[in-house]
Amino acid sequence: MQKIGVFVCWCGSNIAATVDVEAVSQALAQEPGVVFSTNYQYMCSQTGQDLIRDKIKEYGLTGVVVCSCSPRMHENTFRKTCEKAGLNPYMVEIANIREQCSWIHKDKAEATEKAIILGRAAIAKVQLNAPLQAGTSPVKKRALVIGGGIAGIQTALDIADAGFQVDIVEKKPTIGGKMTQIDKTFPTLDCAACILTPKMVDCAQNENIHIYAYSEVEAVKGFVGNFKVTIRKKARFVDTTKCTGCGLCTEKCPQKKVPNEFNLGLDNRRAIYIPFAQAVPKVATIDPDYCNMLKNGKCGVCAKVCGANAIDYKQQDELIEEEYGAIVAATGFNPIDLSKFNEFGYSQSPDVVSSLEFERLMNAAGPTGGTLLRPSDGKHPHTIVFVQCVGSRCDGGEKGKPYCSKICCMYTAKHAMLCREKYPDTDVYVFYIDVRTPGKNFDEFYRRAVEEYGVHYIKGMVGKVVPENGKLKVQASDLLDNRQLHIDADMVVLAAAIEPDKSARPLATMLTASMDTNDFFTEAHPKLRPVESPTAGIFLSGACQGPKDIPETVAQAGAAASKVIGLLSKDHLLCNPCTAQPDEMMCNGCSSCEKVCPYGAITYIDKEFRGPNRTTLLRRVAQVNPAVCQGCGACTVACMSGAMDLKGFSNRQIMAEVDAICK
Amino acid sequence: MLMDTIAAISGVNPRKCMRCGKCSGSCPAYDEMEYHPHQFVSMVESGRIEELMASKGIYTCLSCFACIERCPRSVEPARLIEAVRLAVIRQQGKNHLTPEQIPQLLDEDLPQQAITSAFRKYKR
Amino acid sequence: MQVNKEWTPTIVAFCCNWCSYAGADLSGTNRLQYPANVKIIRIPCSCRLNPMFILRAFQRGADGVILCGCHPGDCHYTTGNYYARRRMTLLFSMLEYLGIERERTRVEWVSAAEGAKFAATMNDFVKTVTALGENKRLEDLRCKE
Repeated sequence: MQKIGVFVCWCGSNIAATVDVEAVSQALAQEPGVVFSTNYQYMCSQTGQDLIRDKIKEYGLTGVVVCSCSPRMHENTFRKTCEKAGLNPYMVEIANIREQCSWIHKDKAEATEKAIILGRAAIAKVQLNAPLQAGTSPVKKRALVIGGGIAGIQTALDIADAGFQVDIVEKKPTIGGKMTQIDKTFPTLDCAACILTPKMVDCAQNENIHIYAYSEVEAVKGFVGNFKVTIRKKARFVDTTKCTGCGLCTEKCPQKKVPNEFNLGLDNRRAIYIPFAQAVPKVATIDPDYCNMLKNGKCGVCAKVCGANAIDYKQQDELIEEEYGAIVAATGFNPIDLSKFNEFGYSQSPDVVSSLEFERLMNAAGPTGGTLLRPSDGKHPHTIVFVQCVGSRCDGGEKGKPYCSKICCMYTAKHAMLCREKYPDTDVYVFYIDVRTPGKNFDEFYRRAVEEYGVHYIKGMVGKVVPENGKLKVQASDLLDNRQLHIDADMVVLAAAIEPDKSARPLATMLTASMDTNDFFTEAHPKLRPVESPTAGIFLSGACQGPKDIPETVAQAGAAASKVIGLLSKDHLLCNPCTAQPDEMMCNGCSSCEKVCPYGAITYIDKEFRGPNRTTLLRRVAQVNPAVCQGCGACTVACMSGAMDLKGFSNRQIMAEVDAICK
Repeated sequence: MLMDTIAAISGVNPRKCMRCGKCSGSCPAYDEMEYHPHQFVSMVESGRIEELMASKGIYTCLSCFACIERCPRSVEPARLIEAVRLAVIRQQGKNHLTPEQIPQLLDEDLPQQAITSAFRKYKR
Repeated sequence: MQVNKEWTPTIVAFCCNWCSYAGADLSGTNRLQYPANVKIIRIPCSCRLNPMFILRAFQRGADGVILCGCHPGDCHYTTGNYYARRRMTLLFSMLEYLGIERERTRVEWVSAAEGAKFAATMNDFVKTVTALGENKRLEDLRCKE
């Protein structure tokens, strides 16, 4: 029989306001095996923990039940407390009477009754707890960063700086991500390329960093400290070791009609291409969808002009297997598809552009060489209308995204300001719902756009845009003036909502990292663990976790890197001791458990057993590798002879909880 | 309670409105109206329904449903307006318009389209 | 402490540690109300749920049992919820054969971000089970004296 101590926490008034804690501790004191029961204001405080420690020693407790907040919150705290008092940490059970009781019920009597039942269930479980010892597993001292945008680059640089090996996997031919397409950055208006390209070069030159560009993650196996990742290096049809990036092939290629995705289709590139001048790695890539040689074997110009003899039409995708201790997801974002927003005429007129397209039209390296020209007729626009919140803050579902995309207010202010600065003869209107500029020097920046640059900010949404006689008829409401406006604009710029990259969802499945309904990765705790995924060893960097601007992304990238460094600097990790354990006497070697194990943790051995009359029997029995087993329990249910059980969540323990609840 | 009646008839929750004004930006009859679509929503929300019922403006809505189509928050102002019209009719002890009444209620300048769309909305 | 009121069902909810238990915590954090009849048992994964546990609950007087796990494809252990889904399908049809109404058992996928869904599911489930009334108890032959 265990000697159990019960500790009921008030959590200030969080629990005590709806649960009669005194009644709970008194009722639980009557339970079999309970030798001590009390309540205290803050069990997780130092004094509360000291109380638990003292009582363990005073009463010689062999089991502890804490009725408090969710075990996801403080289970570890209380385990450590008990460990310090000499009690095995796995002899602690938490009854969740805050998140699953006091916070969801209003009636005090009802909540108190439920708290007592939850306490009873925990006591019933502790009765059957056994001390567990956590094993250790080694840590592979290498990190993988998925995504080579500014988030991935910064994370990789910071990890490499600490002396660990990092690989970056980027699906595009070059690293750099969205920031390479941006002209200027708010609120300082410094050139994006000037601050990004040195970092890209640093990545390429850092001996701790290896870049797998034009590659994708194909499969992920293993667990924290020991991930096994398969990377598909897509065929570029160019030998990257030979290519010098001279760019001669990209000038001679006869296939000139390929939409240039770097400029969002505003101009064309060749079938063999280098995305932009500062690409890293600076090597050419053949687009197999357009290359005549690859499609029908008729051409071969690039191979003829290449002085380095780097073209290889027979190149195949390559699969690389690598082991990592930690993985960082930095898959970033994309602007949403605007074609369904018919009211703004995005599909009807080329002069209605998205903000990212506008960014390219303003960029010196863009299709117009940095002069702002209308895509339709190449003329200077004189009236430009910016529409904010296109597809953001919608009701969800078909209409658009329910969240605020966060960056649009600032980049629209930037665009408006740059327009007025470069072309003072243009009229610039910004239609906004709310201007959200909470950031260092952000509101000042927006005010400057209004006060110094004379941008017209109008509260109200644009209702429709109709292309007519080379103009764009914009109909909108001015809510503050209470009138409807009709503006003949030359260009309309839509601040499109941003969404996570499409590759994030399948990646999350591979990583078993959870996602929210918008496909953003969820963090382990929204406030206290913002850069970790709930899955151990998976970290989050940048806009894949939620909309972010560049400074925030860089800050989060650094934070993710420091978490990775913290993990990689350990030689061993403590394993989860709640692993499966077969009873060899009952096991009949049927292989059912082996088939359902997702980790391959179960093997079979032939073992000698003593039979009747001094004979020995050779029997095939299951064995679990505790370093590999993650404790899901699939095998325990699959086992037909009932030989497999899960430590910490044994059949008897869960049944005892069921009994206590149904009593 | 009038507000509950309006909510029950329209099935619209005006609290979902985020005051973007896209309804008023879309409205083709904006200049004819005493109260504009976005004002409708905020007036219903703040309970100023009698004022709306007294206004001739509720009959200038063409029921073209542009606001319903475009509202990012699915607030559906045209349904609110329709509900207010119904509330007026119910107050008069009736629950429907008789064909004879229609011409008197209508504005002379009102286009035929409005009548067509008034019929269309019963289809939805 | 006994609360005197009309009959209310006893409901056991098995929640996987990674998604649904966190979802239940989130509904608490957001103060979303659901009836106190629901008592949650934490299991590492929905695939840990041995059909025995459900039978046991019905033997001991539970009126409804619900299993919550990660959405298909999102299981922390990759495939656990698929096993759970298959096992529960078989078990539920057996329970139906035994005369326990199909509505008393349910499997629901609730992610860690779906606190509102968790509360809504529980409200709905309690309502359904309350409407069915008291459950007949399965007999535990081993416990017969």
